[in-house]
Amino acid sequence: MPGVVRARRRIPRAVLIASCLVAVLLLLPLAFLLLEARQVGWTELSALLFRRVTATLLWNMVQLAVVVTALAAVIGTGAAWCVERSDLPGRRLLAMLLVLPLAIPDFVVAFGWVSVLPAVSGYGGAVLVMTAGLYPLVYLPVAASLRGADPSQEETARTLGLGPWRAFWHVTLRQTRPTILAGCLLVSLALLAEYGAFEILGYQTFTTEIFTEFQAAINAPAACALSLVVVLIGLVVLAGEGALRDRGRVARAAHNSSRAAPRHRLGRWRWPAVGALGSLIAVALGMPIGVIVYWMVRGGSSTLPQSASVANAAGHTVLYSAAAAAVATALAMPVALLAVRSPIRAVRLLERSTYIVQGLPGLVIALALVFFALHYLPFVYQTSGLLIGAYAILFFPLAYVAVRASVMQAPVALEEVARSLGRRPLAVRLRVTLPLIAPGLAAAFCLVFLSAVTELTATLILVPTGVQTLATQFWAFTGNVSYGAAAPYAAAMVAISVVPGILLGRWFDRRPTRSAELS
Amino acid sequence: MTAITITGLHKAFRDTAVLRGLDLEIERGSLAAILGPSGSGKTTLLRVIAGLDRADRGQVSLAGEVVDNGRHFVRPERRRVGYVPQEASLFPHLTVEQNVGFGITRPARRGARVSGLLEMVGLGGLGGRYPHELSGGQQQRVALARALAIDPQLLLLDEPFSALDPSLRASVREEVRGILAATGITTLLVTHDQEEALSVADQVAVLRDGRVAQFGTPQQLYSDPIDVEMARFLGDANLVDGTVAGPVVQTPLGALMVRPSSRWAVPLSGAAVVLVRPEQIAISSAFGAGAPGRVLHSEFHGHDSVIEVASETPLLRGVIRVRIQGSAKLEPDARVTLSASGEAQAWPMPSA
Repeated sequence: MPGVVRARRRIPRAVLIASCLVAVLLLLPLAFLLLEARQVGWTELSALLFRRVTATLLWNMVQLAVVVTALAAVIGTGAAWCVERSDLPGRRLLAMLLVLPLAIPDFVVAFGWVSVLPAVSGYGGAVLVMTAGLYPLVYLPVAASLRGADPSQEETARTLGLGPWRAFWHVTLRQTRPTILAGCLLVSLALLAEYGAFEILGYQTFTTEIFTEFQAAINAPAACALSLVVVLIGLVVLAGEGALRDRGRVARAAHNSSRAAPRHRLGRWRWPAVGALGSLIAVALGMPIGVIVYWMVRGGSSTLPQSASVANAAGHTVLYSAAAAAVATALAMPVALLAVRSPIRAVRLLERSTYIVQGLPGLVIALALVFFALHYLPFVYQTSGLLIGAYAILFFPLAYVAVRASVMQAPVALEEVARSLGRRPLAVRLRVTLPLIAPGLAAAFCLVFLSAVTELTATLILVPTGVQTLATQFWAFTGNVSYGAAAPYAAAMVAISVVPGILLGRWFDRRPTRSAELS
Repeated sequence: MTAITITGLHKAFRDTAVLRGLDLEIERGSLAAILGPSGSGKTTLLRVIAGLDRADRGQVSLAGEVVDNGRHFVRPERRRVGYVPQEASLFPHLTVEQNVGFGITRPARRGARVSGLLEMVGLGGLGGRYPHELSGGQQQRVALARALAIDPQLLLLDEPFSALDPSLRASVREEVRGILAATGITTLLVTHDQEEALSVADQVAVLRDGRVAQFGTPQQLYSDPIDVEMARFLGDANLVDGTVAGPVVQTPLGALMVRPSSRWAVPLSGAAVVLVRPEQIAISSAFGAGAPGRVLHSEFHGHDSVIEVASETPLLRGVIRVRIQGSAKLEPDARVTLSASGEAQAWPMPSA
């Protein structure tokens, strides 16, 4: 086909060079970590690794990951099916509420439980808090997939004699399986990276241990050794997902057959289903918000001096997060352009290399940057630039997903038509390309902003001395059991992240336009 | 005066040579079709003419001005060439009106030009809609209006009807042809559908191996294909054995006149392959002069019918297709006699 040949167009050199620089930047934390490991030396590393504590941490991680991921998969898929495929009453409201727990950081959820029910702790508490906090990572993509899936396959199965339940099991679930797996991957990676919630719940994992080693004694070798293990697990999970995704490709129906699927009648399960989803929302959303409100109303004094007012801390949070969002979106741009418009092997490899960041917890990235700064560029240590850089690297994958999707909204064919209609290249970029990708860029910005506002771990390590963000000030107060003083900071964090959260929800919900199908 | 002159055009992508020394000349004001199978380089040719791809070698001139000769290159926005890509490619963020007015200056957009063009393509009143609110045929017509708005010296249409439903295709095709005839703009249309090329275009260039294998009016191409392959490519073809003797060729279907245009190609006597189009053959249920056969089945097309007949004489191999007016009252297995008349194209029998 001529189209296949045409795809091999020349790669603009500036875009290529920029993409390579981005890939190098993203791989820096991993490189620093390995460099550090080399400095520590293998004998010391192995002594640090093959300890009893490593096995305990590994077991803690695995038993939590298996249960939480399974629960999130079942709850997320079930909720998505109820909202998208059944005649559930009030499903539009539920659809919005089910996503919102994503805007509440897990350490705030943990705080919500522990501050009023200290019994919620340890393994059980971790399962409860993390499942409530992470199920939207499965719910969101599965709901989108169910909305877009071709209903005729399920209908065909029905005409071939399968009952509704078997048709769901054999057809619908199979259609959405790659999506569910992708959601499960996100859940496991989030579990691997979480620090704050586990610290509050008193559940020991790699991140809490690394943080303790780092903070207590600035024990770099031990932190480094454990970081290596975390990175290794992260990369294995990533690789496993990649393999599953390649195998589980599902033939896609033509996009233009976007007939809405008929809704299943829940019958006498109607109200039990509403009740189940209602309690889910109560646990995941109502509880933390209720507790924040409770502590704010009750107020409370703290023995801890308040080093930053809510407004001051919020100012820093917004500043850092916005800067990080802008940087991450800008970094994603050249890679997305290259990957979408020049899909050759070498480019795909470059794109893949940027995925590795997904497997690196914020804690590891932050520690790697601290190591780098202390050894090579002491003057950047404790500067806001380093923190913004860490955010940008950490949240690059989020920005990339949105930017890549938006670049696909602007097929080259449109630019070519614009040129042949007599418009100069610059005018074409301003009048055609930019308006088409702008919503995606805004979404990328929001995604990163939202995540950075609620980021705790990397912030604790890299925030400049004397500066407090909402997350760090909240953390200082909860560490001191000053719940009343901490609550306003949590409220501010949630309030700031809800606006981009709602914007994002709209972006994910929008109907694909025709140009997207044609690209 | 020619609108397009292309000489020795070469274009390769990496190791794949797509165009290999293509020559083409299109008269001003004509509607020409580039016909070829998928991958024959049709789209590449259009893109080089539009300036979206550069020629490796050779020269492209538009209305006498060299626009690409491998060194000198006129950028696409300077060529005044209206380009309608395969998928219409309307700007999804702009309304129909804004799409049509995209290539013209602001004062011109305010005038009646845009609405006039929309009227012309039969979409008056839809200017405020967005592309996704239009049907495929409507989108195609907006794309055409958008290209016409810049008052192009040349219009390029890349498979403009392939994305449409078959039922819609013929009517949109006719409308577009009417619009183009009204504007008088030289148009080059790319298609892989020989029926489309023959029915729409004044002139057809058949692309093969990166060159123009044959160029002529649809009638010329249909009745005087340069070789057997071309005959098969351009419509139903019965290829039968015959013996040439002077201006006449004897076939099992009867004696036919060798077309004057092909007389140079065949010797004055000897074995030949003869092209007999289905409509040249008469079918009768009576026993008589001609080739005996047995009806396999008939396809009814409304205006005509095509009957497939299995030959029952060893002189005539295989299945013969016959086209008759209206419907045929012939049951399968009916015995019939076939006879051909008129002129026919003949080629020397390949020695094998």
